[in-house]
Order: sequence, then structure tokens, then C-alpha cells
Amino acid sequence: MNIESKSYKHCDLIKVTGRVDSSTAPQLADAMNAITDSGRFRIILDFSEMDFISSAGLRVLINAQKNCKRYNRGEVILTAVPQNVYSALDLAGFTSLFTIKENTLDAVGSF
Amino acid sequence: MSDEHIQAAFPGSFASLRLISSFIREAAEKTGFDDCAVYAVETAVDEACSNIIEHAYESEDRGQIQCECCIKPDRLIITLKDQGKPFDPSAICEPNLEVPLEDRQDHGLGLFFMRQMMDEVHFDFVEGVGNVLTMVKMKEKKD
Repeated sequence: MNIESKSYKHCDLIKVTGRVDSSTAPQLADAMNAITDSGRFRIILDFSEMDFISSAGLRVLINAQKNCKRYNRGEVILTAVPQNVYSALDLAGFTSLFTIKENTLDAVGSF
Repeated sequence: MSDEHIQAAFPGSFASLRLISSFIREAAEKTGFDDCAVYAVETAVDEACSNIIEHAYESEDRGQIQCECCIKPDRLIITLKDQGKPFDPSAICEPNLEVPLEDRQDHGLGLFFMRQMMDEVHFDFVEGVGNVLTMVKMKEKKD
């Protein structure tokens, strides 16, 4: 897994490439915590190059969403979600808990 | 057509998950599953192996995970064995997917995924062998 972070005026973008499993999920959690620890809670996750996500990765997403949405201070938006990954999110009941956009441009514009 | 058996053993560490996934993906592709079913099998096995490391071995690098695949014309049978403590699936609560965000638990999805994504999931503990998990994925019948 590879993570690239980019900061915009109103939000932060994290591009996740490869596999998010029990081995790599802590790295994703660290990247998201680094942003929220700096007082920023509008985070876009670009999944366009993500191959796989397990429940360990979903745990990171749900905890980040709880943290960001607290006090209405922000949210985690998912973008460019591959079909297989979307099916897993849907099965886990996550599609109602996250805004999902087709591309990062739409997501950046929504903040 | 005769059945094909392939097997491999991996160290019980999270770093093995990527290698186990490759091994399982190859077996699933040989079975003739489409991309969606291959991903489902990969997910179920990843969750099962993560559970073995977390719950049966209770930590990384405590033992091996043996993976066996039996490729049949109409199904893939996957057997995972470990020598950790007996795993009791009934001790894991089913996740409640209907509750609002703040009440969602962050555990329990792994076993749920395994049961949703495979046609059969059996847990056994065999004296002298250890935990034996058997999962079956059927090929969809073409009309």
C-alpha cells in the first residue's frame, strides 16, 4: 500500500494505492490521525488505485468518520471507489454512512 | 475433469496476508470465477487469516497458517489450518448494520464477510491438528 497526502485550503486529500489489510491499515490510520490531530476534519479519500480493502481497513474508515463528524466539524468523503471495493462497503452497510463521489474534483468542490 | 489440489504454508504474520491473497487469487482464477467472485474469495480468506493471527495465535509470529485449495469443476474448497487456541465463532457478535454512525461497532465485520461471501463456512477443532476452517465457494450455474 502507498499513501499520498495533499492539503487544500478547505480539505485534505489522501490517495490510497494497493491493498488495505491488517498489515497496512495502521498506516492509513496514522495518515488520517495526522490530519485530524492538526485540527482538520474534512478528508477526501481517493480510492481510484485501491486494489483491496478488508474489515481492518473499514475499521479505520468508520473510526475516522466518527471523529470527523463529531460536533459537525467535517466528514470523510470517499471518491473513485472501484466496483469490488464498493460492493464490500455496501455489504458492510457503509454506503449510507459516507458520501461517495465519482471523482476527487467533485469532492474538493463540495467542501 | 479431475480435481486439482494446491497447498502452501505461510508464517502467521500480517505481512503474509498479501502473499496468501496472491495464492488464493490464483486458485480462484483457475476455478474459473469472475472478478467479483475472485475478490469475494480473497476477502473471505484475508479475514479468516487475520482472525487466526488475532484470535487463535493471539499475536503475530506464533505459528503457521496452512492453506489448501481443492479446485473442482463446480466449486473451490479452501481449508485453512492453524495450531492456535480453539476459535469459537459463536463468541463473535454479529454486527448491527442498521444503527447510526455513532453507535456502529468497529469489530465483527470479518466473520460477517466470510459468511456473506462464501457459500459454506465450517469451523472445527481437531485434537492433534488444531483449528480447521473449511470454506466453499460455488460457481454460478450458467443457464
